[in-house]
Amino acid sequence: MTSLPTLLTDGSCAAVRLEARGLSMGYAHSQVIEHLDLLIPPGQVTAIVGPNGCGKSTLLAGLSRLHKPSAGAVLLDGKAIASLPSREVARRLALLPQDASAPDGLSVAELIRFGRQPHQSLLRQWSEQDQAIVDAALAAADLLELAERPLESMSGGQRQRAWIAMAIAQATPLLLLDEPTSALDLGHQIEVFELIRQLAAAGKTIVMVVHDLSSACRYADHLVAMHQGQIIAQGAPSDVVTAELVERLYGVRCVLLQDPLSATPIIAGIQRSTRPTEG
Amino acid sequence: MPSRLSLPRALGLAALCLLALILASLLLGAGDVGLWASLQALLGHADDEARFVVLQLRWARTELALLVGLALGGAGVLLQAVTRNPLAEPGLLGVSAGASFAVVLAINLGASAASLHLGVATLGALLGCTLVLLVTQMRGVGEDPVRLVLAGAAFSGLLGALSSLLLLWDQRTADEMRFWIIGALAGRPLDTLSWSLPGLLLGLAVALPLIRPLAALALGERVASGLGHHPQLTRLGTLLAVALLVGTATAAAGPIGFIGLIVPYIARRLVGSDIRRTLGLSLLLGPCVLLFADTLSRLLVRPYELPVGVITAFVGAPILIAVIRGHRLPTL
Repeated sequence: MTSLPTLLTDGSCAAVRLEARGLSMGYAHSQVIEHLDLLIPPGQVTAIVGPNGCGKSTLLAGLSRLHKPSAGAVLLDGKAIASLPSREVARRLALLPQDASAPDGLSVAELIRFGRQPHQSLLRQWSEQDQAIVDAALAAADLLELAERPLESMSGGQRQRAWIAMAIAQATPLLLLDEPTSALDLGHQIEVFELIRQLAAAGKTIVMVVHDLSSACRYADHLVAMHQGQIIAQGAPSDVVTAELVERLYGVRCVLLQDPLSATPIIAGIQRSTRPTEG
Repeated sequence: MPSRLSLPRALGLAALCLLALILASLLLGAGDVGLWASLQALLGHADDEARFVVLQLRWARTELALLVGLALGGAGVLLQAVTRNPLAEPGLLGVSAGASFAVVLAINLGASAASLHLGVATLGALLGCTLVLLVTQMRGVGEDPVRLVLAGAAFSGLLGALSSLLLLWDQRTADEMRFWIIGALAGRPLDTLSWSLPGLLLGLAVALPLIRPLAALALGERVASGLGHHPQLTRLGTLLAVALLVGTATAAAGPIGFIGLIVPYIARRLVGSDIRRTLGLSLLLGPCVLLFADTLSRLLVRPYELPVGVITAFVGAPILIAVIRGHRLPTL
């Protein structure tokens, strides 16, 4: 596995600080997150986990300025992200939402070129550096041979790597991913998670919402466990994840084992809790 | 798409087609001035009558076709991109109906200056666009291309009925509008071009900075936001551009349907669905399609003429059905 070319990480890559302060978020009739504080550790992979409806996707939408908070703020390098021009944010923070969909016939290379848009303007058109960065992103995601293939002709894992490569081409120090492996089978999940680890090794700060707790434990440095709009535990996965936490989060009893390969916790022997589930 | 043309090649082909069609439009007519006489007139050898027909009447008509075709081709691509709907077309979604209703209403209320139509038609088109925007925000309708067109058809039907009502009411309006309401390029006042050109240029100027955000919008609203764009602003700006283009075209030539459907359809077939490739091509293909239809309209029932809107409908309706019947609707 090659290390990521400096082209993709230099520039503004002096570690970026992303934090939430007193963040409250919600929709018309319901408050999803209330008064939440969170600092994303720079240069690490942070996984946000929790049951359905706990507010993890809402939190990610808030961190990536897609959803405005009802109170509090998200700070990017100390400045309220809502007050920064969206294009300027896009040069420091790349985002891969869940509902991404490509028009028919779009090729991998064409998709990845979109990642350069925050760096372009009417006056500053496509440059050689843009092309070099697209090529580097293709290489980083191991898609060089597939560059001209239309997205719809590729496997789920390849397609997801192409989307991540688009975010890579944004050349931002921060990368936010909403359930990057949902709907992927086991082999394709590993493909995507390994790419994410590789990006972190190259110095990127990564925040991802992950559904599967065992995968989160294996691939994240920092785990943020959410329940009913609150963070109920955070830290290194092996320190944080306990049978009690799993029961509190998901209302199930389980046995924690250790992954023989990565020595991270694995959730096994899951049973419905006798205690009624919260929420 | 497997057999895409490179953009320069497609543009070159379209430009060649356009030149040929301009020539055809100058040389072929429904009246007495035949092919040979027209050619002589172009070369400056013919009598005064032939020269007047070719260099004044047909030339003005050709210019108008260029302007209207460009406006409608551009509007079609923009409207399809902003609604992410391969069936979106100003005529089908009620934008043209809004524009023509506004013009009928203005004439009914006593307006007669042709140049006034531009502003009025643009306002009417803007009304149509606003309704499109509202409908696309409706849950269950906006995401379904066919339902959006159904909503547009209902709206068009309503405005069309109101227009007919006004025409029945007032004989003067009816006489003035009879030909215009179907859409035609013939018999337009000679100064039409001079007052509609600014509308066209303004519409294109509004659209220009929106091309890149519109292309990103094809990846989904959140992706576009993540790339630093403002989807809501992009949508509003695009609909303003569409209103200007459709308003201009409608004020100049009446509601000519289906150009905004036929042109993006061909463009997508040639160069793929990205608006950064289709828009420029459509600005050439729009005049091509309209000139072709207009020239045909002079030849089919000689020595009479069909309104060009009839021809575009005959070409456009089968394409509409083909798109709907397709294996599945292409996503934009």
